[in-house]
Amino acid sequence: MTDAALPGALAEIVADFQAMPERQRLELLLEFSHDLPPLPERLAADHDALEPVAECQSPLFLIVEVDDPARPDTPVHLHFEAPAEAPTTRGFASILHAGLDGLPADAVLAVPDDVPQRLGLTAAVSPLRLSGMAGMLFRIKRQVRQKTAGAGA
Amino acid sequence: MDRDPDTRLAEYAHPDRLVTTQWLADHLGSPGLVVLESDEDVLLYETGHIPGAVKIDWFTELNDPVTRDYLDGAGFAALMAAKGVSRDDTVVIYGDKSNWWAAYALWVFTLFGHPDVRLLDGGRAAWAAEGRPMTTQAATPEPTGYPVVERDDAPVRAFKDDVLAHLGDPAKRPLVDVRSPQEYTGERTHMPDYPQEGALRGGHVPGAVSVPWARAAAEDGRFRTRAELEAIYQGEQNLAPDADVIAYCRIGERSSHTWFVLTHLLGFEHVRNYDGSWTEWGNAVRVPIATGAAPGSVTGR
Repeated sequence: MTDAALPGALAEIVADFQAMPERQRLELLLEFSHDLPPLPERLAADHDALEPVAECQSPLFLIVEVDDPARPDTPVHLHFEAPAEAPTTRGFASILHAGLDGLPADAVLAVPDDVPQRLGLTAAVSPLRLSGMAGMLFRIKRQVRQKTAGAGA
Repeated sequence: MDRDPDTRLAEYAHPDRLVTTQWLADHLGSPGLVVLESDEDVLLYETGHIPGAVKIDWFTELNDPVTRDYLDGAGFAALMAAKGVSRDDTVVIYGDKSNWWAAYALWVFTLFGHPDVRLLDGGRAAWAAEGRPMTTQAATPEPTGYPVVERDDAPVRAFKDDVLAHLGDPAKRPLVDVRSPQEYTGERTHMPDYPQEGALRGGHVPGAVSVPWARAAAEDGRFRTRAELEAIYQGEQNLAPDADVIAYCRIGERSSHTWFVLTHLLGFEHVRNYDGSWTEWGNAVRVPIATGAAPGSVTGR
């Protein structure tokens, strides 16, 4: 585990998980799964634009949008799609949405890669399942990097 | 408990290993019956499950937490006691993904020789699709006493050395690779920043035939008919029911599904599941590997 700082909202979520006994962490993850916003209709209509996350055991698609590709601190918007039969995957996506959506691009790129390990879910969820969340974060950061490539950072 | 007399099941080699959704609905709550849900998704049970069903998790409960192995006899006895399972109970297991993880749990129960363990044909999806009752109320089983039975791996479990000894005679000792065609050929998904897969090398065990596990499942998640299954495994792949078969995938879960099909639906006499699978073979030093779409052989790869 590293000490690299997390953005405020994500830091609060991690603290909430850490403050709970292991069993209740799963319940909190389930609550997050209910809160994942649906894909906006304009994106649902163009499904090919979404990137599949192969590391997830269940189908998950994501896309990152930025307001102004020319600015390294442009706000980032995250959109996910995962079926109701995949609550764990939805829960991970929902944590990333609640923790990162709306942040400046450079702040998203600075998020440490070990966030999934910081939630204290490894024993209750399994490393294999957690790798799905790592895969999402990886792809979010890659899309942000691509979509702000002209920002002169 | 008596077996499900449904005529659709009667055609399989061991019809006592499957129950229909109707049989389960008729018998829910009967003494001597325990229903277990085994899912890929660790939270799916919490979103709703068959009333009275108890959750069992393949990763956090059936695996040893330290060694790459399953529970020992004492661990299994303690787990069964906590789940309310007695040794003479009928256990019906169901789950998501065409019962892929339910079959894995059933295979682990077989290592301990639990006498009566069955799958719900079609699994969770079939039950839900028929609009049958689901509840979010977690079951609170009465703890039981379950005897400590030592695991007997040899009949249904293969290790890496068994696979090495298996090479070279695909007619008598076939290997069945149940992963996706891309995993079988060794093709890599090359994408920028793509995180490392769980194996250092791609491909398959030389001589193994490719039969993705899901071919045994129909669109509704139920098993295909016996005739359809025979056409795939015996017709197309020429597997003989008396052959010494080893099935594998990535960690042994998908191949549990194929093990169930070959053993209990088609009546093959000697099928083992290699749970080390590609995450062991694809990382092992100096084991032979074949790439591409052909099975290949040990000498001519």
